[in-house]
Amino acid sequence: MNTQSNTYTFLYASIMVVLVAAVLSFAALQLKPRQTRNIEIEKKQDILKAVNIASTPENAEELYNQFIVQSFTVNANGDITSEDKNATFAVDLKIENKKKLEERKLPVFIFKKEGIGEKMIIPIRGRGMWGPIWGFVSMEPDGKTIYGATFGNKGETPGLGAEISKPEFQKPFSGKQIFDETGKFTSLALVKGGGAVGHPHEFDAVSGGTVTSKGLEAMLRENLSSYEMYLKSSK
Amino acid sequence: MSDKEPLFSAKNRKLLKNPLSSDNPITVQVLGICSALAVTAKLEPAVVMSLSVMAVTAFANVIISLLRNTIPSRIRIIVQLVVVAALVIVVDQVLKAFAYEVSKQLSVFVGLIITNCIIMGRLEAFALGNKPWPAFLDGIGNGAGYGVILIIVAFFRELLGSGAIYGFQVVPKAFYDMGYQNNGLIILPPMALITVGIIIWVQRSRDKSLIESN
Repeated sequence: MNTQSNTYTFLYASIMVVLVAAVLSFAALQLKPRQTRNIEIEKKQDILKAVNIASTPENAEELYNQFIVQSFTVNANGDITSEDKNATFAVDLKIENKKKLEERKLPVFIFKKEGIGEKMIIPIRGRGMWGPIWGFVSMEPDGKTIYGATFGNKGETPGLGAEISKPEFQKPFSGKQIFDETGKFTSLALVKGGGAVGHPHEFDAVSGGTVTSKGLEAMLRENLSSYEMYLKSSK
Repeated sequence: MSDKEPLFSAKNRKLLKNPLSSDNPITVQVLGICSALAVTAKLEPAVVMSLSVMAVTAFANVIISLLRNTIPSRIRIIVQLVVVAALVIVVDQVLKAFAYEVSKQLSVFVGLIITNCIIMGRLEAFALGNKPWPAFLDGIGNGAGYGVILIIVAFFRELLGSGAIYGFQVVPKAFYDMGYQNNGLIILPPMALITVGIIIWVQRSRDKSLIESN
């Protein structure tokens, strides 16, 4: 057989592509359940991290079930719309953030542990420089003070934008206020060079990560503002 | 090339052994440096990366060797790329399912195995002209040659940079109390390049045949 002819070359390429595609789809389908589970466990670890509870992939499930006593979704008016635990956990912010504010399902996770007390955990999601950034913010029961925060990123530049995922960046968020004295929603403002230490409404930008920092600021403002009514009512 | 050649004849053993020393893909052929610098800050990702590359070189070599007489020479590079890319995607999916934490640390570098020059180099230079079994050994050998260097570099970087080996703290706390500090510089990629350089230096001073005459 002439392996140099055009017909042969075209046939060879076509059959190869179909075969490879079949093998890859088969592998992807077989491994999907395990991968989904890994991602769920990671989300549970992230939620726990927002209240400064360290967990390993092995014990995340157990700790989550122990300390997250309640999870529900609210609407923009602050009314609870669903108390289904699994449905709340499965809410995809990527889809929700595209909806109109009135139609959004806003998940809230209630954490309770002796010695720490009760906290509300709110998921957030936004855009960084190269891709999505996301996180969880835990609030004190007063609904205006941040207790802890954790941020993740898909592909921010290591050493620059990706610094938002480091504990050193996340720690100072504890104690910040998202409402001012008059009760107006202010979110947190990005400040280059840090601002005053312990300033309640400002956070320090990442040097060299301006776009990521701005994305983080917008993410906090957009996501937390939709909870405004709920947070006010919980005071 | 008789069919009765033993599985581990002297020639075949050479295929396994040479890439570990006198024909090492990193220190002698200077291929695959990029990922060697990126994933060697800790031992665990380095080991997983080595195993992944070894699996990909071995199986890609076997597949291309089996197909070598059917591949139209005009599209042979494309065929090689498709085979390598498919294998890398499978490795990536398997890691995501069974070693999620490590796969996050390796991030883009698993995908970048596709562009690792060692793999394409072996396919072009060896698999296209040899039978599957020697091609398999050649793949394992070169994957191991790559892995050995990664593991040596990662060993020193983790020990000096984090005071640990494979995640276990080995530098006792008493040292830190006396003022010892981890070397932050060695965590950065430039120090990996220097470590590779030192390995090349040591290897060449022991094996003079590697030194080019000019």
